[in-house]
Amino acid sequence: MDKLINDFSFGLFIWQILIFVGLIFLLKKFAWKPILDAVNDREEGIKNALESAENARKEMQNLQADNQRILQEARLERDNMLKDAREIKEKMVADAKTEAQAQGLKMIEQAKAAIESEKNAAMAELKLQVSTLSLSIAEKVLKDELSNKEAQTKLVEKMLGDVKLN
Amino acid sequence: MVISNKPLRFIVATLVVCLPFFSFANPASEVANTQTEVAQPATATASGEVKTETTEVKSKIKEFIDHHLLDAHDFTFSANEETGEHYGFSLPIILWDNGLHVFSSSKFNHGEAIAESDGNYYVLHHEKIYKTAADGVLTENETTGHPTNATPLDLSITKSVVGILGIAVLMFLLFTSLAKSYSKNGGIASGAGRFFEPLVLYVRDEIAIPNIGQKHYKKYMSYLLTIFFFIFFLNILGLTPLGFNVTGNIAITASLALLTYVITTLSANKNYWGHIFWMPGVPTPMKFILAPIELLGTIIKPFSLMIRLYANILAGHVVLMSIIGLMFIFKNWIGSSLSFGLAFALSILEILVAFLQAYIFTMLSALYFGAGNEEHHHEEAH
Repeated sequence: MDKLINDFSFGLFIWQILIFVGLIFLLKKFAWKPILDAVNDREEGIKNALESAENARKEMQNLQADNQRILQEARLERDNMLKDAREIKEKMVADAKTEAQAQGLKMIEQAKAAIESEKNAAMAELKLQVSTLSLSIAEKVLKDELSNKEAQTKLVEKMLGDVKLN
Repeated sequence: MVISNKPLRFIVATLVVCLPFFSFANPASEVANTQTEVAQPATATASGEVKTETTEVKSKIKEFIDHHLLDAHDFTFSANEETGEHYGFSLPIILWDNGLHVFSSSKFNHGEAIAESDGNYYVLHHEKIYKTAADGVLTENETTGHPTNATPLDLSITKSVVGILGIAVLMFLLFTSLAKSYSKNGGIASGAGRFFEPLVLYVRDEIAIPNIGQKHYKKYMSYLLTIFFFIFFLNILGLTPLGFNVTGNIAITASLALLTYVITTLSANKNYWGHIFWMPGVPTPMKFILAPIELLGTIIKPFSLMIRLYANILAGHVVLMSIIGLMFIFKNWIGSSLSFGLAFALSILEILVAFLQAYIFTMLSALYFGAGNEEHHHEEAH
């Protein structure tokens, strides 16, 4: 301890304090502040860059998800449209079919009616013809066979019965 | 201290490894001695002469180490003992003794001459300047052996001051160039600064922020960085063959510790003083007992900083120089080469110690600043 105190150089102590305090202030102004600022700036820059990269990645993911969703919707819509179209087609075909059927039936009906009326007309005509023919025949027969009255009646009845059978 | 375990273990391991060599080397030299005695029985005084020569070498080495550990008023690289010639250069002597006295240290002629300045006579004794009469006689105190002559205030530019100035200039150039390289190189360090940037970041991220806290650390950064690199560079400078012993000087460590104490005291908050003078959470009588203890603790903390750095560096220098001195005592190829190997290993260890002590000093300073800035958030802990 005695040696320590004896070795203590007050001049060196003063020089050291002066130089060291001066050095602190000089370095603070010209070195530490710029260095720490630069390092801080760099760290901030790195942090920001990382953050923005992360954001960009997230945005990308969002975009991709959006794309996927839109695609899905489009696909769904297409499917719906196809389905609708198919239904409409089927309905149209079915409608056409029933209409055609109805039309056919109607035509057949009309044809039948026409045939019937034609037939009736033809029948009437025929009957008329037959009757005129019969009359003429009967006239001729009558002219011939008026002498035989009994045979005449017999013949007329017979002929009329035949016509009715027709 | 947890950290200092490692070098300690390393030293012990090195010593253990070297033990067999020592135990082998000594008998060998004894055998050599007896052989010479047998060969030359006529010169029986030869061994006695060898012995006195060895003790002379020993005392010379001790003197040399003692001299090295002290500050020096001139810069001597080497000296020729026989002719008394010193190779180096003189440094200015500045004394305050009822007026300023400035003269060259060559006037002392390495402690052998009486320097005269404006009618006052000064003598250099063990690197300390004493005022004497014209005859230059020093009166010694009988119990301590120190001279009782008056000592003027010695503001000389000594070897240590040269070392401090050199390191200060070096640090200024180095770190301003690092600061400039950021703006020049787009925010990335270049050149020698590249090596020091991680150290700057280390001081910030591992020493300042964990100990002081994110909120307050910025205002202490300049001091912590300066003190870290200052101690580190001076420690390394002490390992060069230039023979500086700056951080192993009590005046230097005292000034550094004083600055830490002053900064802690001036920047401490209310909470810190509250814990010292009126410790919360203990019974009132205890508060009266604790206050002086706590107050003493604030002084002991920087005092331990001062002693730790001083003792570590001083001890490193003493051990290293003693082992180098052993080479000249052994004077045989086994012992000397072994000493060389040991000195080499220790030098490498000293580089680690140089870094470690700078780290510890900075770390503990940061810890004290942190204690001075602690927020009042751990009420329930008491």
